[in-house]
Amino acid sequence: MSAIILFMAVIAVIVGWWLSQQRLTAKPWLEEGPIGDFPGTGAMTSPAAKIGLGVFLAVVGSLFALFISAYSMRMNMVDWRALPVPRLLWFNTGVLVLSSAALQWAHIAARRDDMDGVIVGLLVGGASAVTFLVGQLLVWQQLSYAGYFLASNPANSFFYLITAVHGLHLMGGLVALGRTTAKVWRGAEMSRVRQSVELCAIYWHFLLAVWLVLLGMLTGWTDDFIDICRQLLN
Amino acid sequence: MVDVPYDAIARVPPAEVGDVDLYHPRSWWTKYVFSQDAKVIAIQYSITATAIGLVALVLSWLMRLQLGFPGTFSFIDANQYLQFITMHGMIMVIYLLTALFLGGFGNYLIPLMVGARDMVFPYVNMLSYWVYLLAVVVLASTFFVPGGPTGAGWTLYPPQAILSGTPGQDWGIILMLVSLILFIIGFTMGGLNYVVTVLQARTRGMTLMRLPLTVWGIFTATIMALLAFPALFVAAVMMLFDRILGTSFFMPSLVEMGQLMKYGGGSPILFQHLFWFFGHPEVYIVALPAFGIVSDLISTHARKNIFGYRMMVWAIVAIGALSFVVWAHHMYVSGMHPQFGFFFATTTLIIAIPTAIKVYNWVLTLWRGDIHLTVPMLFALGFIITFVNGGLTGLFLGNVVVDVPLSDTMFVVAHFHMVMGVAPIMVVLGAIYHWYPKVTGRMLHDGLGKFHFWVTFLGAYLIFFPMHYLGLLGVPRRYHDIGEVAFIPPSAHTLNAFITVVALTVGFAQMVFLFNLVWSLFKGKLSGGNPWRATTLEWQTPHTPPEHGNWGKELPVVYRWAYDYSVPGAEQDFIPQNQPRATRAVQGAAQ
Repeated sequence: MSAIILFMAVIAVIVGWWLSQQRLTAKPWLEEGPIGDFPGTGAMTSPAAKIGLGVFLAVVGSLFALFISAYSMRMNMVDWRALPVPRLLWFNTGVLVLSSAALQWAHIAARRDDMDGVIVGLLVGGASAVTFLVGQLLVWQQLSYAGYFLASNPANSFFYLITAVHGLHLMGGLVALGRTTAKVWRGAEMSRVRQSVELCAIYWHFLLAVWLVLLGMLTGWTDDFIDICRQLLN
Repeated sequence: MVDVPYDAIARVPPAEVGDVDLYHPRSWWTKYVFSQDAKVIAIQYSITATAIGLVALVLSWLMRLQLGFPGTFSFIDANQYLQFITMHGMIMVIYLLTALFLGGFGNYLIPLMVGARDMVFPYVNMLSYWVYLLAVVVLASTFFVPGGPTGAGWTLYPPQAILSGTPGQDWGIILMLVSLILFIIGFTMGGLNYVVTVLQARTRGMTLMRLPLTVWGIFTATIMALLAFPALFVAAVMMLFDRILGTSFFMPSLVEMGQLMKYGGGSPILFQHLFWFFGHPEVYIVALPAFGIVSDLISTHARKNIFGYRMMVWAIVAIGALSFVVWAHHMYVSGMHPQFGFFFATTTLIIAIPTAIKVYNWVLTLWRGDIHLTVPMLFALGFIITFVNGGLTGLFLGNVVVDVPLSDTMFVVAHFHMVMGVAPIMVVLGAIYHWYPKVTGRMLHDGLGKFHFWVTFLGAYLIFFPMHYLGLLGVPRRYHDIGEVAFIPPSAHTLNAFITVVALTVGFAQMVFLFNLVWSLFKGKLSGGNPWRATTLEWQTPHTPPEHGNWGKELPVVYRWAYDYSVPGAEQDFIPQNQPRATRAVQGAAQ
């Protein structure tokens, strides 16, 4: 359970930092008065959708941290047989990086009021995300042709389950991306879509980061790193 | 229905909105059924939760009938008994208490108490309710599928949860897991709303330290739930894979009916870790809103500011954080390393500190207060006593050496019913008596309310105090029939029959309460806008019940904290949060 504890500690630090800005030591019974007397303690000025996305990413992060915890506990059992790493995963990872970069491009273009750049960025980002998902399906196909079925070993079960959950989150993101692209396509004003483009970009970067962590774990590259951490803890 | 004067993309909501900006639902359907108004959603949540909660109440009567008079009721066999305990526990903990506190009270009170017009994502809020309803329907459907609902116990421990010896192995367990997954998805949609509304949609002047403790409790509990429910989600998905697709996440090698099963190597303990990583925060997800609400009830009905407001806030945050590092105290008998047990016993006992701070502060708020023994106040007092009782037996069970012999006995059942069943339900009932006038514009009948309180309160003690004693004797939990055992004297059987009679009586009192809810809706005394003379914003709305958009044309501005009761020199014994300083200065000058 160390992954989820670590994740919770990070959340606790963020929450603690934020709370420290909120004058929690104030004595409200002595402080009468209107707004303006207590700067920085009013409602957050960021848009609700952006704060909402931040909270949602914390929930998704908790979900994946728990999968990682379960994975690391289960892999210590004797029946664990690691999977071979299909080459295609490299390609998929590259495509996902491209997708994330394209959305960042769209985000920057939106800030410059460059509508063409936004459209190109969104389309490239969306297309490469779809390519990533198709690539993941091909990885599944290759593995099952090679005899690595879902139920034949816990390592396989985790691989299919975790990639599926990650893919589902990306598909959810594609819905939002599709809606944003449609809005841009219909010629919505830049001020109406800038926010949506930014949120899509943030979500994509987050899913990319999660994927890199998962990739490191599923392929076993992080094993040495984890062993070092274990020894330090012991 | 685009139902708020600003969309989620906009920055801080404007203080004043023209009539054209306030969208009003156009048809009966969008006003009462597919409504995006948090108040309507709150009522939908509350009615659904109460309805499924009544099913769980009836199940508890059936269990009590079997325990009190074993062998008398031939229609309750051992399998059904297991199904009853499972569904009773699951419904009460998740589908009733969590949904009622967060979906019900959270939806109704957060926007009103922070001075917002609605939740920040009304459409998602509506979806949240409908997904919750779907989860409840899937859960209820398990009573009618072949094999009936699962009988695995509310903890659904593998491997037995998906083995053929357990009732409901066909469809019951699958639908239970699907229902839990749906519930979590629905809750996450609602939870995002509650958190972001508190963060972003507070009205001008409403600093965090001016929030009523009810909002603090619900806010913190929602954050905990958002982070803890994923653990149940992961556990449910993995168990569903084990059951349907034959994976072995949790399932060890097993021989069933002489046949070696296809499973192998899985870890049941892994499930326990995931389940309790959700399960223990869940206790506080239910308790923190109760703590918050009870603070407001006590302060209002004792006409006194809450004692130690800052400490109360800090304690809520501390309990929220600590509750994530105590989960394995539910697993002392799972065979884990003794040093872990020591660690978790220590963290468990540390939680007693902030909790005790809260109890002291409630009692000190009452001290020399102008206590009005209204029905909400009676329930609030009942909560404090019950929570202390349940908390004290928690100290027993938190210690490994005491827990091991008491594990899986009626003592545990009595403990968690006191601390997590009776205590939060006391708050739910008190809160309904308190806020019913705001929701409906009418008071609940006082005499019926007092009858309801005394029967429920005394009855709960007559049920659960003897149950502790049964547990100390060694009477096991989850047994359909304890039969003739040397260490259980005949008097224990008499006691069991007594508990059953009291439980049925308390159940009857709840029917009186339901009658009161319906009767008062039509015949209750008109309440006016602020019958309890309370300070918080929800009592200052221009209309009662509050209309769509809550505040009419202009949002309220907050000038003070939520607990200005009996302020020396003030004209009345309460000063609403939205009353400016100038008014009071003039009052002071006039005296």
